[in-house]
Amino acid sequence: MSLMGQDVLTEDGLFMVNIGPQHPSTHGVLHLKVWLDGETIVKIQPHLGYIHRSIEKMSENLSYRNFIFATSRMDYLSAHINNEACALTVEKGLGIQATPRAKVIRIIMAELTRLASHQLWWGCTGLDLGAVTPFFYAFRDREAINGIMEETCGARLTMNYMVPGGVMYDLHPNFQKHTKDVMASIKKNLADYDNLLTGNVIFEMRTKGVGVLSKEDAISFGCTGPTARASGVSCDIRKLFPYSGYENVQFDEILATGGDCYDRYMCRMAEMRQSVNIIEQLIDTIPEGDFQEKTKAVIKLPKGEFYQRVETARGELGVYIVSDGAASPYRVKYRSPGFSNLSALSQMAQGVKIGDLVAIMATIDLVIPDIDR
Amino acid sequence: MSEENKIEFPGEVHPTDGGGILVTKLDDVINWARANSLWPLVFGTSCCAIEMMSAADAKYDWSRFGFEVARATPRQADLIIVAGTIVIKMAPVLKRLYDQMPEPKYVIAMGACTISGGPFFYNTYSVVKGVDHVIPVDVYIPGCPPRPEALLHAMITLQEKIKTEHTSFSKGVPSDKKPKTVEG
Repeated sequence: MSLMGQDVLTEDGLFMVNIGPQHPSTHGVLHLKVWLDGETIVKIQPHLGYIHRSIEKMSENLSYRNFIFATSRMDYLSAHINNEACALTVEKGLGIQATPRAKVIRIIMAELTRLASHQLWWGCTGLDLGAVTPFFYAFRDREAINGIMEETCGARLTMNYMVPGGVMYDLHPNFQKHTKDVMASIKKNLADYDNLLTGNVIFEMRTKGVGVLSKEDAISFGCTGPTARASGVSCDIRKLFPYSGYENVQFDEILATGGDCYDRYMCRMAEMRQSVNIIEQLIDTIPEGDFQEKTKAVIKLPKGEFYQRVETARGELGVYIVSDGAASPYRVKYRSPGFSNLSALSQMAQGVKIGDLVAIMATIDLVIPDIDR
Repeated sequence: MSEENKIEFPGEVHPTDGGGILVTKLDDVINWARANSLWPLVFGTSCCAIEMMSAADAKYDWSRFGFEVARATPRQADLIIVAGTIVIKMAPVLKRLYDQMPEPKYVIAMGACTISGGPFFYNTYSVVKGVDHVIPVDVYIPGCPPRPEALLHAMITLQEKIKTEHTSFSKGVPSDKKPKTVEG
């Protein structure tokens, strides 16, 4: 039997279905080949490259200031954190550190980004599982955070705010007041989130015990972020390898043990509260001073290799720069969290029904341009 | 209905006892209907898709203009909003989606990547330098990414364009220009 020139019935009696690259629940242009035994998933093979923009190769021709901005388009929901990772790597090469004021601004911005990213994830998870209302609740709060970003950075989504040595501009005069207002309303609204989805019987039936990833598998597939922490793997870079002054902030690393969709969901919900907590600790104590360390107009890194890892909303992002002493990097490599998390999808989905695949993909929280780069 | 809230309907209504007579052109009525119920295809490849979702939320609310019925299948869609970079591997898929849509069909190119290959990606080996190399585009929106207001503006511009079109019912349109699916 063939469909559009492809054999869909394999020799061992399995049925092959293509999902994507244009499919509303793949959150982008991911293509999955799924082999089914009846309705049960036997194997999944992800196909990548539908949004491969060659950001790594392109960076080899950009200066150390400019290559940072392409990373806003990589994991666009964690744009600040991507920029920060690159800026930190360049700073490592230069042997400088951001100013104390810039460090605190970076943490606040990173946590605002994480909140906005998790809110979008929460809304889309609801949409994927058939609940439309969460989308509107999530975007109401997300828009408030976008407003803060716009005030200070001048952009809603791709901020390009982090530069080597600090941040590009100083904070907007309204920043502290605006942020405090938004945090107060988000704290209240997080209870709404729980009322809408967390305790919902249908939602729990569709996520509890579905797509279980064991601790051993999470480690061997290199999963990071909430996907791995839901399986009990302690991997929060903010705790284990603190950067930008996270060592001075009080917050908990959220861990769960079940490793199913529900635990991944609960991990992200708890992380939102932790982010609010971090922002509230810092918002009143932003040190005065310069927002940017003085750097040369043309940055040249010494010969060598530099690596920096940060915790994005999806997991561990690693930036690896090889320098030959010129004004642009010799080679840039990104270790993106989505790529490793996606590799565990086949393991998670084995033996579940095809309808539950949507729930699993929603709770891994994939951003496809982050995977393809 | 008060004067301000009057629905803009093409034509003239002559009141009579128990109703009225509408004098209008068939073209205008069809275009009026088409322009106010544009159903977009759910098609987002990267960053711009997030701003497209923002346009759908409560703050920007594109359903005010009749755009909210986003369809997951091209067979039910009138409009592709190409939200995000198109790379060479994705281009045939986009072309196929466009071909699967029924006439009349429209395309909005959202963001710098779809206009020219983008603010960064114009000199890479994998990116299509403008989506108009693959499918014809009606409205272009600059920006990286464009704001939701820009998307709304583009969709209203598209509505304006649709309202000036000839339909297959009008005389004097060459037969090869007539949309095939609405004939008869």
